[in-house]
Amino acid sequence: MIALLTRDLQLAFRAGGGFGLGLAFFLLAAVLVPLGVGPEGATLAKIAPGILWVGALLACLLSLDRIFALDFEDGSLDLLATSPIPLEGVVAVKALAHWLVTGLPLTLVAPVLGVLLNLPGPGYPWLVASLAAGTPALSVIGAFGAALTVGIKRGGLLLSLLVLPLYVPTLIFGAEVVRRGAMGVDVAVPILLLSGITAGALALLPFAAAAAIRVNLR
Amino acid sequence: MELVVADIAVARGGLTVLEGVSFRLSSGQALVLRGPNGVGKTTLLRTLAGLQPAVGGTVNMAPESLCYGAHADGLKAVLTVAENLRFWAAIHGVDGVDDAMAQMNLTALRDRRAANLSAGQKRRLGLARLLVTGRPIWVLDEPTVSLDAASVQLFAGVLRGHLAAGGMALIATHIDLGLDEAAVLDLSPFKAALPKVARGGGFDEAFA
Repeated sequence: MIALLTRDLQLAFRAGGGFGLGLAFFLLAAVLVPLGVGPEGATLAKIAPGILWVGALLACLLSLDRIFALDFEDGSLDLLATSPIPLEGVVAVKALAHWLVTGLPLTLVAPVLGVLLNLPGPGYPWLVASLAAGTPALSVIGAFGAALTVGIKRGGLLLSLLVLPLYVPTLIFGAEVVRRGAMGVDVAVPILLLSGITAGALALLPFAAAAAIRVNLR
Repeated sequence: MELVVADIAVARGGLTVLEGVSFRLSSGQALVLRGPNGVGKTTLLRTLAGLQPAVGGTVNMAPESLCYGAHADGLKAVLTVAENLRFWAAIHGVDGVDDAMAQMNLTALRDRRAANLSAGQKRRLGLARLLVTGRPIWVLDEPTVSLDAASVQLFAGVLRGHLAAGGMALIATHIDLGLDEAAVLDLSPFKAALPKVARGGGFDEAFA
C-alpha cells in the first residue's frame, strides 16, 4: 500500500502529473473575486468564507477524473484489481494520495487568500481547521465518483455532475464554520457535523467505490 | 498445486460466448488457447483472473496464485523501467527486480523512462512484471504482440524456466512459441450455440 501511495505521489509530482493545477485554480479564483466584486472590505469579509470554500471545492474537482482514469487506460487498474492488495485499500490509498496533492496544499495556502478577501482575524484558525476537516471528504467522495465513471470516455463532466451534489453538505458546514468563526460565535455544531460527514465518508465510500470499480472492470 | 477449470461458461457484454470449457493444469504444465478472433479467449482469461464472474462452472486453484498479463502492460510512462518493476514487486511483496530485468534483457534500459521505450521494449517490461509477482499461474493474453523473433525466443526461455520451477501458464496466442511440451486447446468447439442473455440486468448486478 505504501508502494502505491509513493507511486501515486511520484506520478503527481513528475511532469504532466497535474500537481499544482488545483492549487493554481484556487489562487486564481480567490484573486479574481475581489476584482469582480469590488474593493469594499465589508462585502468581501462577508462573502470570504463562501468564496474560499467554493474555490477549494472546485479546485478539488479539477483533478478527480485522474484518480482512476489513467490507471484504467494503461491497464494498471486490472492488474491492481488482481494484486494482493484489496480494491478497497487501493481506493483508500488513491484518495489519500489525491488529498495529499490537492486538499492539503489548499488547506495550507487558504489563510494567505483569506487576507486577499479581507477575512476577519478570528476566522483564520477556523478556515484552516474546517478545510483540514472537510477536504478529506472531498477526496473520498470524489474517488467514489471517479470509480463510478471509470471507463466512460470523457466521463469528466458526468463526474462533476455526480459529485457536486454530494459535496453540498461539506460545503454548507465548512463555510458555516468559517463564517461563525469569523463572527466569533461558537462553531462546535458545524465543525462536529463537518467532521462527522468526513468520518462517515472515509468509513463507507471506499467499499462503495471498490464495488463500482469491480462492476466497471467487467 | 493445480488449476482445475470445470464446465465453465463466460459472457461478454451480457452474452454467453463460451460454455462447457474444462481443463486441468498441474505444476510445470502450459496450455495454449487458440481460436478465431472474438471466440472469447480474453473473456475466458479475464474470468479466470477474477475480473468478471463466470456464468457457470467452477474454477479451483489456490487463492492469490494467479498472475494476469493483459493486452495493456500497466506501465507508467513517467516512471523508469526499474521504477515500474520495483512498484509491482513492492505490491506483491517480492524482490528480484534486477533478476527480472536481466532475464528480459532490460538491464541496459533500467533508467530509461517507459515513455521512451519502443513497443517491443514496453512489452518486454510488461512481461518482466510477471517475474516479480512471485505467483505460480501465469495467465497471458497475446504475450508476444510487438515482440521480434529474438524477444519471442527470449520470452519462451523465461517461460520454460518458470515451468521448470513448478509454475503453470495459460496462454492465448496465435504465434508458435516453440513450446513443444505445451498442450493446445482449441476453443472453437466450445462456442456458445446461440447468443443468449446471460443475466437479466437490474440493480442486483452491482451486488453480484
